[in-house]
Amino acid sequence: MEIIKTHYNRRSFLKVSAAAGGGIVLGFNWLMSCAPPQDKAGLTMPDEWFDINAFLKIGNNGVVTIYSPNPEIGQNVKTSMPMIVAEELDVDWSNVLVEQAPLNTVKYVRQLAGGSQSIRQGWKSLRIAGASARRMLIEAAANKLQVPVDELTTEKGVIKHSSGKTIGYGEVASQAVSIAIPEEVALKEPKDFKIIGKPTKNVDGKKVIKGEPLFGLDIQREGMLIAMIVHAPAFGMKPKSIDDSAARSMPGIKDVFTITSLPEGIEPQWSDVNAFNELVVIVGDNTWNVMQAKKALSIEWETVSAPMTTDGYNKALSDLLEKKADTPARKDGNPDEVFKKAARVIERTYSAPFLAHNTMEPMNFFANVTTDGAELAGPIQTPEFLRKTVSAVIGLPEDKISIDMTRQGGGFGRRLYGHFGLEAAVISKRLNAPVKLVYTREDDMTQGTYRPAYKVKYQAAIDKNNNLVGLKIRGAGMNESPVFANRFPAGAVDHYLVENHALNSNISTGAWRAPRSNFMAIAEQCFLDEVAEALGKDPIDFRLELLERAATNPVGTNNDYDPARYAGVLKLIREKSGWGQKKDGQHRGVSAYFCHNSYVAQVFDVVMRNSKPVVQKVWCAVDCGIVVNPEGAKNQLEGGIVDGLGHTLYSEMTFTEGKPDQNNFHNYKLIRNSEAPAEIECFFVDNGIDPTGLGEPGLPPAGAAFANALFAATGKRLTSQPFIKEEMAITPM
Amino acid sequence: MATFNLKINKKKYSVEADPNMPVLWVLRDLLGLTGTKYGCGIAQCGACTVHLNGDAVRSCSLPVSAVGNGEVVTIEGLSENGDHPVQKAWEEVDVMQCGYCQAGQIMSAAALLDQNQNPTDEDIFNAMNGNICRCGTYLRVREAVKKAATIK
Repeated sequence: MEIIKTHYNRRSFLKVSAAAGGGIVLGFNWLMSCAPPQDKAGLTMPDEWFDINAFLKIGNNGVVTIYSPNPEIGQNVKTSMPMIVAEELDVDWSNVLVEQAPLNTVKYVRQLAGGSQSIRQGWKSLRIAGASARRMLIEAAANKLQVPVDELTTEKGVIKHSSGKTIGYGEVASQAVSIAIPEEVALKEPKDFKIIGKPTKNVDGKKVIKGEPLFGLDIQREGMLIAMIVHAPAFGMKPKSIDDSAARSMPGIKDVFTITSLPEGIEPQWSDVNAFNELVVIVGDNTWNVMQAKKALSIEWETVSAPMTTDGYNKALSDLLEKKADTPARKDGNPDEVFKKAARVIERTYSAPFLAHNTMEPMNFFANVTTDGAELAGPIQTPEFLRKTVSAVIGLPEDKISIDMTRQGGGFGRRLYGHFGLEAAVISKRLNAPVKLVYTREDDMTQGTYRPAYKVKYQAAIDKNNNLVGLKIRGAGMNESPVFANRFPAGAVDHYLVENHALNSNISTGAWRAPRSNFMAIAEQCFLDEVAEALGKDPIDFRLELLERAATNPVGTNNDYDPARYAGVLKLIREKSGWGQKKDGQHRGVSAYFCHNSYVAQVFDVVMRNSKPVVQKVWCAVDCGIVVNPEGAKNQLEGGIVDGLGHTLYSEMTFTEGKPDQNNFHNYKLIRNSEAPAEIECFFVDNGIDPTGLGEPGLPPAGAAFANALFAATGKRLTSQPFIKEEMAITPM
Repeated sequence: MATFNLKINKKKYSVEADPNMPVLWVLRDLLGLTGTKYGCGIAQCGACTVHLNGDAVRSCSLPVSAVGNGEVVTIEGLSENGDHPVQKAWEEVDVMQCGYCQAGQIMSAAALLDQNQNPTDEDIFNAMNGNICRCGTYLRVREAVKKAATIK
């Protein structure tokens, strides 16, 4: 049993009344008002609720509501975070309702969806929330029954006395409210978990299949106007003059104007990335009418910075790969020396294009800004950051601004950058009316904040004894280099050099599901495969040798991975996939990567049909510590594999004079159902280590395992994404 | 502007709309039926799929004037309590991640199974390839379609 001090995050356990000063400031809450409590079969609503702490309330009949603190973007934290609270509270999951918590930085920390960190960083505070509430209920029961606390135990929401007497949580909830918050609480042993580790269905599943309004785009309010934007057609441009006479006379149109969403003099936060700060705004009574009038606008644009073209920046990136960096990002040993003496050098350059996020729900936000306060609601991964920027721009203090976190139709990093929320607020303030800002797919896909285009050159020095003795990795990318200096195989090779170059770009870039890893895993794991082949070694054995070296006699001290856990997933996938027992006509490729604190290894089984690959099966081994919800975890991994494979094969943004060449799904290809693998099987390392996230780690290895399987099939190394350009489209099963 | 008398989810609605307004926006903005989703506006992603006389159609590209006396069914009208076999299968398989595309996926699957009780893999691909899921839930979509086929 782990005893833990509750002041770890004590402000979360303040009584709700005590937190009123900085809590929910405005009466209206869209989520609460239009979404009735879940209709779990057979659950009767209580007559009265008692707030125990910021994470939960208990009804007088024992029904429990748990607030999920973080934004839900499809990573399923709205199910898994409350599971952790419910576990330590010791209640029956079927008696639990889940609600999205409002943004409240007094009560909660890190209300953010990003970096696959919600579970990892929430683990302790969620457990303490449940455990301290349980302790308060026990103390209340001890008072009521006039028995010592240590004679009481709990099970599924019932407190039991050694005499056999029982009392339900609901019966003592009203008294528990006035019990002092315990100074320390005992946490369960993982072996005693009853909810954590059990496959648990999505808490919003029923609402989603019924088409209930859950998303930002579904928001409707009395008197609400629809606003849409027109941003410049090319990066590096802004509006110069507008002729809106035709648009203004069209049905339902209320207003046309320009805005500067982030005015000069306001220091941007990292989350304020936005290539199009100046926008034309058109407002009307419904979406279709505004869409039509948008087309009738005649706008003259002016160039403010040099437009970029794909061939141009690709050449510039290639040139950078031939240039030494002023300062290496990492240097071990004497790489130049071993390369001079090397018996053989293997060299390979990998490249990948810009990618759009393409969340299925396009950018949108609701705002109602008045002189007294502002209500915002919509899909945002960084509500706390958005509120700060909105506060600075519209001149209201943060405690007068509420942000409701709607369920989000995908995030993938796109909604870390909340310019659309700010735009909605600026537009609402100007109109003095409630507004829903809606981006069309075209507005969204051409807006930027892309995964940058990257290139990386790998060079391996092999000595006369057939050993890998040196590695040089030089990366270049738009606005950032992709290479992580201290990731594997750093630490496993004596002579190691990492160099980074970035090319400034007015095509805006941002985090995209597993940033940088989404490219580096493919380059690195393909290159290691090629080196293994050159050394005549089995690709898994070769990786394990490197990891063994990193474990027993590491080079350098900054290696940011645990070689034993890394090797663990490779060994697990070797065993589970029956690696080495190849069937006729089947071609296999392996890949393993560590990012966002989780380890993932994958084997792809590919067969060729009419000279085209068919992905028959993907084997996936994962070490994310304790698996909170195995059903959700598998879903994330399957999705990551499909998403990773699809983007590696099919997707790209290209540009002509700053103008995106793709703007919707007819010219930007996303993977389709028949192109996804026939089967995916996941295996988890069972080690009892505190959990880490899975929203991102499943994605990076997929493209490499596929490419390595393709090499086994065809003898051709795929290096330039999207691979479809190398005629490697998947044949449907 | 013109008046249209529509049959949606077995109810009659009268709406004033631009004849070119797609059914998607009639449903969402004029009738408040927001279960049908906007994804691309050009019939490429399937998020807006509804049934017109039993066929799966992309409501973003179907002008309201083309509906005539046709029967429209949206996700809200697929069943009273979310217990259509496809909905049950979707819940059972726990298909969704973000959930945004799922109404369209479910409507495509329901139309398929209405017309073909025992679809082959190829039938499923043909019916479901028009529905994009960026979360990548395709394997679960297939599994749920097959499960729904067994639920009466």
